[in-house]
This record gives sequence, structure tokens and C-alpha cells, in this order.
Amino acid sequence: MDLGLLGQYAFNGLMLGVVYAMVAVGFTLFFGVLDVIKFSHGDVLTVGAFTGLVTYLGLSAAGVTLHPALAAAAMIVAMLLMALLGAGIARFLVLPLRAAPPINVLLITLMTGTVLRESIRLFYPSGANPKPFPHLLPTDSLSLGSFTLRYDNAILLILGLASIVVIHLIVTRTRLGLAIRAVAQDGETAQIMGINFQAVVLITFALGSALAALAGVTAGLYYNEINFGMGLLLGVIGFSAAVVGGLGNLYGAIIGGFLFAGLQTLGAAWFSVPAYKDVFSFAVVIVLMTWKPSGLIAERSAERV
Amino acid sequence: MTTQSPGRPAVWPGLVAVVAVAGFCYLFLRVEHQWAVAALAVCAVVAVLAVRRTAWPALAGAAWSEHPTVLGWISLISALLFIALFYENHFALLMLATVMLYSVACLGLTIQFGYAGVVNFAGAAFFGIGGYTAAMLTLHTGLPHLLVIVIGGLMAGLIGSVLVLPLLRTRGHYAAVITVAFAILFKSFLEVNELLGGPQGLKVPGLRILGWSFNSNVELGRDLEVSFYASYAVLSLALLAVTLLMVKRLERSWVGLSLDVVRLDETAAAVFGFNVAWWKLFAFTLGNVCAGIAGAVYAMMIGFVAPASFTFAESLILVSIIILGGVGNPIGVLPAAALVILLPEKLQVIQEYRFLLFSVFVILVLLFRPQGLLPRRLREYYAGWRRA
Repeated sequence: MDLGLLGQYAFNGLMLGVVYAMVAVGFTLFFGVLDVIKFSHGDVLTVGAFTGLVTYLGLSAAGVTLHPALAAAAMIVAMLLMALLGAGIARFLVLPLRAAPPINVLLITLMTGTVLRESIRLFYPSGANPKPFPHLLPTDSLSLGSFTLRYDNAILLILGLASIVVIHLIVTRTRLGLAIRAVAQDGETAQIMGINFQAVVLITFALGSALAALAGVTAGLYYNEINFGMGLLLGVIGFSAAVVGGLGNLYGAIIGGFLFAGLQTLGAAWFSVPAYKDVFSFAVVIVLMTWKPSGLIAERSAERV
Repeated sequence: MTTQSPGRPAVWPGLVAVVAVAGFCYLFLRVEHQWAVAALAVCAVVAVLAVRRTAWPALAGAAWSEHPTVLGWISLISALLFIALFYENHFALLMLATVMLYSVACLGLTIQFGYAGVVNFAGAAFFGIGGYTAAMLTLHTGLPHLLVIVIGGLMAGLIGSVLVLPLLRTRGHYAAVITVAFAILFKSFLEVNELLGGPQGLKVPGLRILGWSFNSNVELGRDLEVSFYASYAVLSLALLAVTLLMVKRLERSWVGLSLDVVRLDETAAAVFGFNVAWWKLFAFTLGNVCAGIAGAVYAMMIGFVAPASFTFAESLILVSIIILGGVGNPIGVLPAAALVILLPEKLQVIQEYRFLLFSVFVILVLLFRPQGLLPRRLREYYAGWRRA
């Protein structure tokens, strides 16, 4: 295998890794503040990608032709609306079940995901078929031997990494982040200290969901195709990445995301049938979970739920 | 059983309940017109709400707990009569058998989720493993078909236990999430596997037991021809009766008690010497065997297996059935399965929307009535145990 092809594999792996890490960060944030697994996360990503597509279609119908502006608008609208959706799911479906067994939260969010997925399939015009997602970023490329780097992919990669860094800075450097970490450590004590528990939870869910929307639009721009089921597998992968890294830990989620992408890229290089790369990656993830049940970077004083 | 000691609840309210349910099912399967089906469904909801305000449910419940054997036999005989009434109607018998086979699979999920607390989001995949095993074995070997059905179940149990065995040491719902991944990957695996027929799936030869082919209509006399689905319906009924009996017996035995302890408090269970991982594995495997057996019979009945029948959405339908019915209540599975499977088939309008509809149903149940429509009752060690 020559160096150029190797570079191509590595770049694809990085790209996948960023998307997975963005999804995994959401799972880890939700688990951190509320100790719940919110399984509709992947489908929020799908809805985000479709929101981005609709925004693009609407704006180009209104006469906007500047591609970077369209891409930015698609991302911003999708992020804002999905932040609302995420907070809404937390407010009306997750918080009311706080007293119920944790498995009920898993169930209700799984069913919410199905509702979102099926709604797109049934109510979006011919939503059962894959939808083409436009090229909105410059598609020129830089060739280094057999390795070609397309500018749009490079922009997406940098944007994804930047978004994760921003989330990290919010959580570690701001007052809001301090509140999030306080709630994550001990919700009741945080309330005694005057932190508005519900507001912090809703903002956290909004943050995570906005990140998922960005991941959805990124995936759309990268693959130039979206479909109603794209979020399901991405959600499971993102969750597995978060678990492998250590649920509740931001760095863990990022490492987990890149690890999973690396495994898939390896799998794709080994197996000729694409479906087997996922089987391979999940098999490795199961082994990792057995070896380190609380993740590669364990939450301190972890009581696993 | 028939002697009436003073103060002992009578049998007849239970009998009335059986007759009422059977009568309603008869009407529901007979009506064809879409408006009639919808009206009947609305009537059922109204009737249930009205009856709940009376003393009838308590009376019928008392009759069941006092005379389980008598009423069990009566139900079985009514079900047989019911199949006989529809002897020439392919569609009705197919529906009946489907509901019963799905109930068997959901009883398996009840053992897993209701008793041991292990959620399985790949129910349809294990159902499919049974079906594909049956297809491969009947196509390529000459094994007796009854044995094939059993092997289908064992295969599902084996694959399931290999899947979750490593995760049982961990706490939390990681095993549940792995079943989600398995459910999603199972379909893509089937689609790319040439040996298993790819996206087209496989044709499955009909069931043949002791030289009696299940796939030919039975002719009785000159003008009486019985639909071949009747044989499958009877077999499904037998399977359902055996599974239901097993689950009920399991629940009130020390096995059921152990599973309840493991579900309710893992730490306490471990302190009292229960091997938590082992019990979870036991429940998971037993449940998957039920699903696999049901899947094997189902595949032989409809004559083909294809990846599209065993998707993640179908697995969620199975989970919906047990949540709607009441988690851990084996009896609740039956009306819930009938509702979830029959309603979309009879009411074509909602066929396309069924995944959406039942997800919304489950969300509402989880928010407002988390114990399900028919909540699990306290276990009864012997007939009339609670009366004293």
C-alpha cells in the first residue's frame, strides 16, 4: 500500500472520528448531568441534517446563491432548532421520569428517536429515499502524489475539532461550565448552592443537541447524502465511543470517537464487504468494555448506573 | 376444583370474561369494512373503560386466581373452537397464528426484561435467527422438522449468550445497548451474506411432522376443506400454551424469585449469594430460545425469510408489546400483541404509520402509566393464595 492511499485512509478516519466524537460528547454531557442515556440523540442528529437541508432549499429558493453563507445558515439554523428540540426532550420526556427506573429513560428516548425517525420517513416529501445534500463548500483539492485533500473536507474537519474545543472551553472555563460540572458531581448539593438545576440540565441538553445538529450537517456536507436512518447507527456508535472512553468524561468521548473511527477504517481496509467493518468495530468495543467496564478514562468515584 | 366452599369466588365471572374476549375477537376478525373495524376498536376502548368502573374486573380476577386450571382449560378449548370457526379463512388463521407466535417471542422478552431486568432490543433479530436456522436446516439437511424448530431456538439462545456474556460483569445497561447494535447490524449482515440469500432472503419449505405436511389444505369429507393455516394455528396455540404455562410456573418458583431479586437490587442479590451474572445470562438465553422457536415456526408458516422482516424497528415493536401489556405480566402480553399486530393489519390506514403510532403509545404509557395497561400482580404461590 503506498503512502498516498494510507494518507487517504487516515484522513477519512479522522473525518469519521470527528463526527463520532461530536456525537459522543453529547452522550457524555447528558450522562454527566443527569446520569441518563438519551438514545434519541442520533435521531436528533438526523433531524438536524434535514433542518440544514430545508434551510438551504428555502434560502436558495429565496435567491441566496453565496455558497459559504448558505452552509453557515444551514449549520446555524439546524443548531438553534436542535438545541430547542433537545431541551424540549429533556424538559417533557426525560425530567418527568427522574423518579422512575433508569431503564425507563432509555426506553422513552429510544421511542422518541423512533418517532423522529419515522416522522421524517413519513412526512418529509418521499422521505424514505436518501436525499442529495448539496456541495456548499469549495471542492477544489490539493494533490500530494496520490493523496488528495479536498478543501471542503479540511474545513469540515477543522470546524468539527473547533466545535469540540469550544464545548470543552465552555465546560471548563465558564460559570455555566462550573454549574454543569457542579450538577454533574452532585445535583442536590448544587441546588443548595443556588444553582438552578433544571436550567442547567436544559442548557446542557441544548448544547449537546446543537453539537449533534452540527455533526449531522457535517455528515451531510461530507457524504453529500442524508437519509432518515443515518442517525440510528451514528447514535449507537457515538454511545459506544462515549462508553469506551468513559461515560461522563469529555476527553474519554473524544478518544472513544477517534478510536471507533480508527477501528472502522482498519476494518474497511481488511474486509471487502463494508458491513463487516462495523461488526469488527463493535466486537472490539465489546472486548474493551469487558476489559475496562468504566471506560478508558474512568469517572472519579464512579458508581456505574 | 368444582366443589364450592362458602365464600370461595365462583368460576363464572372468569368464564364470562373468556367468552366476552373471544366474542370480541371473533367480530374483529370477521368485519372487513374499514369503518366497521375502526368503530369496533373504539367500542372496545369504551367498553374497557366502562367495565373498569364496575366490580367485574375484580370478580373475574378472583375467579382466575381461584380456578386457574379450570379456566385455563376452558380458554384452551375456546381457542381451539375459535380456530375451528375460521377453518376456511386463510387470512384470519394467519393473523391468529402470527399473534400467538409473537406472543411466544414476547413471553421470552418478559422473562428477560420483566423478571431479570435485562432489556433486549434485538428481539426481532433472535426471532430471525430462529427463522434463518429453520430455513437453512430444512433446505440443506434432512433433519426432522420438530428437531429443526428446537435447534432454531437453541441457536438464538447460543448466539445471544455469546453476545452478552462478556458484558454481564459490567453494571448498567451496556448489555441493552449492545443488543441495539446487534439488532442494527443483524439486518446489514443478512443483506450482504450470499449464503443466506442476501436481500431477497430464502424460501422455507413447509413444516412436515411425522409425514403430515402442514402446507396442504386438509380435506374432511366432500365439501369441507380446512385451510392449511389451521394446522399452524393449532401448533402455535400449543406452543403458546406451553410457553405461557412455563413462564407462569417459572414466575412463582424459586427461579422467578431469584430473577426478581436480581432485577430489584443487584447489590443485595450479590450479598445474599445470588450469582447475578449467571441469572441474567439464564434469563437472556431462555428468552431468546423462546423467540427463536417462535421465529422458526413463523418462517415455516409464511414460507420465506428476508432481512426486511427482522429490522430494528420490528424489535422495538416487540418491546412495545411488553411495555403496553405491562412489564412482567405474561397475560398482558396477549392483548397487547393482538392490538399491536392485528390493528394495523385490519385497519389499513395505519399500517404505514404503525411504528410511529406505537412509539407514541409507549411514550404515553411510560409517562402516565409506567406499569402498563395490565400491571403485573403479586405472585400467587397456589390457587386462591391471596384470599386468606
